[in-house]
Amino acid sequence: MQEKILKIKEEFESLINTVENSEALEQIRINFLGKKGQVTDLLKNLKNASNDEKKVLGKEINLLKRHVEEQIASTVEKIKKAEEEKLVNSATKYDVSLPVDFSQGSFHPITLVQREVEEIFYTMGFTIEDFPEVVDDYNCFEALNIPKHHPARDMQDTYYLENGQLLKTHTSAAQNSIMRKYGAPLRAIFPSRCFRNESTDACHENTFFQMEGIMIDENISISNLIYFMKTMLSEVFHKDINVRLRPGFFPFVEPGFELDISCLICGGEGCPSCKNSGWLELCPCGMIHPNVLKYGGIDTDKYTGFAFGLGLTRLAMMKYGIKDIRDLNSGNLKSLSQFKNK
Amino acid sequence: MLLSTNWIREFVNLDGLDLDELIHRFTLSTAEVEDIYHMGEDTEKVVVAKILSVEKHPDSKKLHLLKVDNGTEVVDCVCGAPNVREGMLVAFACEGGKVSGHPINCAKVAGYESHGMCCSESELGMSDDHSGIIEIEEGTPLGTDIKELFGLDDVVFEVDNKSLTNRPDLWGHYGIAREFSALTGRELTPIEKLDLSKYNDLPQVSIDVQDDKLCYRYSAIKVENITKKVSPVKMRVRLYYCGLRAINLLADLTNYIMLELGQPMHAFDLTKVQNIQIKTFDKPLKFDTLDGVTRDIDESMLMICSNDTPVAVAGVMGGLDSEICDDTNSLLLESANFDGVSVRKTSTKLGLRTDASMRYEKVLDPEITTVAIERFLKLLTDIDPEIKVISALSDKYVKKYDIINLSFDKRYVDRYTGIEISNEQILKTLSSLGFDVKLENDTFFVTVPTWRATKDVTIKADLIEEITRIYGYDNFAIDTTLSGLRPAVMTRAKSDETMVKDLLVYKYNLHEVHSYIWCDTKKYKEIGIETRDNVKLLNAMTPEHTNLRYSMIPTLLSFVNENKGFAPEFGIFEIGKIIDGLTSDNLCNEKKHLGIALFSRISDEKSLFFKLRDIIAMLGYDIKHTNISFASTTSSNNWEHPINTASISLNGTQIGTMAVLHPSNKNKIDKKANIVFAEIDMDLFSSISSNDILYKEVSKFPGIDVDLSFIVNENIKYSDISKEWEENKYDYLTDVKLIDVYEGEQSSITLRFSFSSNEKTLSRNEIQPMLDKLIKNLEEKGIYMKK
Repeated sequence: MQEKILKIKEEFESLINTVENSEALEQIRINFLGKKGQVTDLLKNLKNASNDEKKVLGKEINLLKRHVEEQIASTVEKIKKAEEEKLVNSATKYDVSLPVDFSQGSFHPITLVQREVEEIFYTMGFTIEDFPEVVDDYNCFEALNIPKHHPARDMQDTYYLENGQLLKTHTSAAQNSIMRKYGAPLRAIFPSRCFRNESTDACHENTFFQMEGIMIDENISISNLIYFMKTMLSEVFHKDINVRLRPGFFPFVEPGFELDISCLICGGEGCPSCKNSGWLELCPCGMIHPNVLKYGGIDTDKYTGFAFGLGLTRLAMMKYGIKDIRDLNSGNLKSLSQFKNK
Repeated sequence: MLLSTNWIREFVNLDGLDLDELIHRFTLSTAEVEDIYHMGEDTEKVVVAKILSVEKHPDSKKLHLLKVDNGTEVVDCVCGAPNVREGMLVAFACEGGKVSGHPINCAKVAGYESHGMCCSESELGMSDDHSGIIEIEEGTPLGTDIKELFGLDDVVFEVDNKSLTNRPDLWGHYGIAREFSALTGRELTPIEKLDLSKYNDLPQVSIDVQDDKLCYRYSAIKVENITKKVSPVKMRVRLYYCGLRAINLLADLTNYIMLELGQPMHAFDLTKVQNIQIKTFDKPLKFDTLDGVTRDIDESMLMICSNDTPVAVAGVMGGLDSEICDDTNSLLLESANFDGVSVRKTSTKLGLRTDASMRYEKVLDPEITTVAIERFLKLLTDIDPEIKVISALSDKYVKKYDIINLSFDKRYVDRYTGIEISNEQILKTLSSLGFDVKLENDTFFVTVPTWRATKDVTIKADLIEEITRIYGYDNFAIDTTLSGLRPAVMTRAKSDETMVKDLLVYKYNLHEVHSYIWCDTKKYKEIGIETRDNVKLLNAMTPEHTNLRYSMIPTLLSFVNENKGFAPEFGIFEIGKIIDGLTSDNLCNEKKHLGIALFSRISDEKSLFFKLRDIIAMLGYDIKHTNISFASTTSSNNWEHPINTASISLNGTQIGTMAVLHPSNKNKIDKKANIVFAEIDMDLFSSISSNDILYKEVSKFPGIDVDLSFIVNENIKYSDISKEWEENKYDYLTDVKLIDVYEGEQSSITLRFSFSSNEKTLSRNEIQPMLDKLIKNLEEKGIYMKK
């Protein structure tokens, strides 16, 4: 029996010292400690021994059992480590310089610019509204103080429909509806698609986006208008913008202005892109004509207001350096898929 | 419009002012100046000189050798002009001078030294004439500076015509001078006119205004014994600088008055026109205008007639037959006022926009017609003192505008401007612009001058503009508004649209596109799509773009077609407007739609279809926290697949359709690809409010999952099975998941039923009755478990 214990121990030692992987180690465990394992057998056979022998042998077998258990436990750790190390060492190093996969959808550039501008207005307490593209003569012209026979109503500028309605030529066409919907005081912007019946080329489109804004309250003044436009445009262009007003004639404002901003390229020093004037003509604006307020159901004794129109299409072209306006409605994904984020 | 500051200086003294600076202020206060030209800059040391002798050049047919006296010395000069002659006075560019910007030096011309040159009008920039050298009137002192003699030094500026559309008074130099007077605070000189009252006893010109709707005023006078044919050089230079060519004295004078006062005039040859009728014709007719073109005149066009024969298109252009020509020595002078809209319509129809029609369409002041005649005769008499007026100044004044009186108080100005502008400043500004203004007890009483009263200034807000623009917008202190704090409204339509776009782009990698609101029948044809008639444009530029779109899909499909080389798999979408026919009120039924199209050469048709279905379901799930349901339906558009078209419903309302593209269209785009699409009514989508997230407490006790397989076929769909537990109560059933779909001889789907309780650990016995009920109920409907 003694010999057998010794032999088992020797056999175990030689096996445990050469074991290389966890599967073989498990086999060893089963071989020695399993239900039919050699050490288990020894313990089973102990019942045949004499009581004296039992004492001595029992102690030895238990020692052996503990030894085997400890050895296996420590070898498990060793092999795990070795195996992990092998895994680590056999790993291939990834080439992080490989091109990044940017396969991702894209927003239309107008959406991007529109969102950016809308956000600015929203934080300034402006309601954002959407109005139909097909309107009638009243909303597009009459309610805006544009008299019958005004050149703006000519067929060559306006798309008329067979039912007498028309495709709106400017976002101002929503002014009357929005005044009637919300009343005064009022702060709102209404971005929309507009239509002009003209031939298209790199600079002209018959379908384009504008954004109109109006603010109506007690005591709104020209001084407020200038302040507001300067603040708002500085946000839009992410830099301090100087503005200047020139008289401009639009039937729905009085006084009406053409607003110029300090040139974005040279900052007002004068450069080729501003024709050396230091100024860029950006948007028409003005104090809302009393007739327009009246048509909108606003009390002109109490309220005044200003309105302005921003060309979203022009802004998008300026911002992204889009040279051909027709790219915007082309549906060409080679162009459009570049506008991925935000 | 080109404006000469020399001309303006006749009416307002600009001495000592920086003209460029002043013109800049004009831009900021009146109208946009596009360019400033410093005329005469290119000419230096050109003087009056006398040709003492002319000798033929020995080797040249064209050249002559001259001796020229320039007032200080006699010099040699080689000259090639055909009209050179001994004794003539010429404009001579001396050595060291400049012509057309080129320096004049001593040069050898064909072997002979030339110490200067004789100049043509074109070389001095005073006309297009380069046929010969200028011949100067005899008696002019030698050595006189040509620039002074002809008024060549001038600062000319160009105003954007568009910025003058609402200011009829600014279409002549005198009106511009009035602005300069207001801007500088210097006085405006009255126009010098000839007093014609002495001719009141002469016979009247017969003027018969037969159309008193379109002709507001017609003034005329007859003059004879006109001997001069050519305008003075200074006048010709001014006309040229302002963009008009000199023609003959009488035509030049009418143009000169038009550029000065803004009043178009017409000179008829008196031998051809002796009486005037102003009328329209009942029938179309042909008429030759003086540009030599035969025009089609229709019933709406106002015509000037003599002996009932047309002699001019009113306000647009005179006739060829009655035009002033070289032997004209008597005239009938017209100065009239016509309805602006009518003139514009006529000139548009004729495709003939003239300096006259451009002015009339701005609605001119009728008060000025007689002033123009008095001014014309003043200038004519100065040039040609022998002329003889043979009629009274005749005048038919049909329509007079009402005098406009306005009043406002100081507070009104303060409220509008937000700054302090003094009473004195207001009074000064308005009166310098010609308004009659009085201040009584804090109220300003204003009478609008006739030249601003035709349409331009009608209400008191218009006066605010006058006051503020002259005050200068760059002098405004700027200040924020003082407005109440009110929340901005974000409509659900707006926020839904934002979320839809975000999900489609970020989650499903789709690309947003924009397209037109009309059908492009040419592009549709390429992919075999035919659209039905919808509301049409009356005036589309191309006939293919006449029909308005009633679906987003055809355009998206043509974009798919154009982008099929972009990637083996891609998706596009657009949120835009469509017109769903007309409402009962005959108005366009405009709707906002979302269109999505997916293209793939990688995925099979079925998985692409389900990908699209899941995208749409997720829109409902993510934005509304509501399940979108789908049901097979019949196709209603010819591009939809007759078998695989499905309705999309939210809360029981159909909000859209999705489909596989009809094979006949698909094969035209790409036989090897699969294409699916969907269209959703965003107005309906947004009309449904979003559910709050329904939070379910997670059970702390383990549940039981049971997998069951059911046989499915053509007639049994998943929704037939799911109806059972959706419509009936099953205790403890918390979730059903699709585990597997088997397609084969006996197709089946495997579902995992999850049971759990928040109170206890469930035993199989507790759920068995549920399973039994489920299986039994389904069997009754003919749905069997797979054995």
